[in-house]
Amino acid sequence: MIVAQGKPIAEVAKMIEDANKILVVGCGGCVTVCLAGGEKEVGVLASALRMLRKKEDKPLETVEVTLSRQCDPEYMDQLEKYVADDIDCIVSMACGVGVQFVAERFDKWVVPALDTKFAGGALEHGVWGERCGLCGECVLHKTGGICPIIRCSKSILNGPCGGSQDGKCEINPDVDCAWQLIYDRMKSLGKLDKLLEIEPVKDWSKSRDGGPRKVVREDVMIK
Amino acid sequence: MSDFEPKIVAFCCYYCAYSAADLAGSMRLQYPHNIRLVELPCSGKADIRVILEAFERGADGVYVAGCLEGDCHFLKGNIMAKRRIKQAKKLLDEIGIGSERVEMFNLSGSMGPRFAEIAEEMTERIKKLGPSPLNPAYARKQEAADKEEAK
Ligand code: SF4
Ligand code: SF4
Repeated sequence: MIVAQGKPIAEVAKMIEDANKILVVGCGGCVTVCLAGGEKEVGVLASALRMLRKKEDKPLETVEVTLSRQCDPEYMDQLEKYVADDIDCIVSMACGVGVQFVAERFDKWVVPALDTKFAGGALEHGVWGERCGLCGECVLHKTGGICPIIRCSKSILNGPCGGSQDGKCEINPDVDCAWQLIYDRMKSLGKLDKLLEIEPVKDWSKSRDGGPRKVVREDVMIK
Repeated sequence: MSDFEPKIVAFCCYYCAYSAADLAGSMRLQYPHNIRLVELPCSGKADIRVILEAFERGADGVYVAGCLEGDCHFLKGNIMAKRRIKQAKKLLDEIGIGSERVEMFNLSGSMGPRFAEIAEEMTERIKKLGPSPLNPAYARKQEAADKEEAK
């Protein structure tokens, strides 16, 4: 999932300081699961903003709605009836994708309430870890299911580097060295010989270096 | 502001604080009338939204009372409540209401006198802090202070 985290209330309050009425839009996808922008968080943010503004004697009206997702046009259709003329600003509690989908669809001032962090998963309740760098060409089959792109601080493909010590990465003793993990895993799987193959330079044009990406599947298109 | 009578909402776990309140009553213990009790099935049910709602509706203080640590009927509800109150404090500071206005207490069902003591303690604390910035009395207090300054 996409893992995100709420921005400080004061930061969001500053973004909407000129607004008298706002629409706070939650997302039922990833950010509900990582407890950052679902229905509950919409309620908390709206209440906090109302109180902050009441305190400043500039009352704020809020409308709250949580969509199943914000990254699909059909859910934007559902949002339409809430985007009334008197809404001065839309606060999106989705990841950066959702914020942009809302902004692309409506002629309104749209602001993000979250900081979108990474693609990852829950390590335990309340703790999330990064797992994929969205590189565009997965190599997990060569590394025993441990991503060298995002879990190695240097994204090296023929590791480890000289900084690997006692299984830890040189950037921080709390961070596991991805290449130590890869080595240990390949060893336990009896596939160490695979690591002898030299991995050539990665084609980064399939990642961000190639500019914004797009996936087109003609077989499922309906237009 | 000696005439300030705060409104305080106490979210009380059914298994401890709520029974302790009953006991305090049977023991004819006096405690401030400022406390409004809300019964919860467990202190772990104290949701941040409910706490915020209390403040939004004009409470000057809020506290959650759960069982002694290790004694929760649902094993860890009171530990979770403790973490949530910590988060609520952070949020209240961010909003500008102040983290001192919310607190977590632990007691058992047999601690009637302690229940009265907590009610007393919290009422004293909130009286010292004065009305919440969302309480209309706050504006009046500010006005009075401004007048005082002008003199
Ligand atoms: S190799 Fe690329 S696609 Fe695969 S997990 Fe790592 S970053 Fe993600
Ligand atoms: S110590 Fe390990 S994880 Fe850290 S940069 Fe070097 S190879 Fe990558």
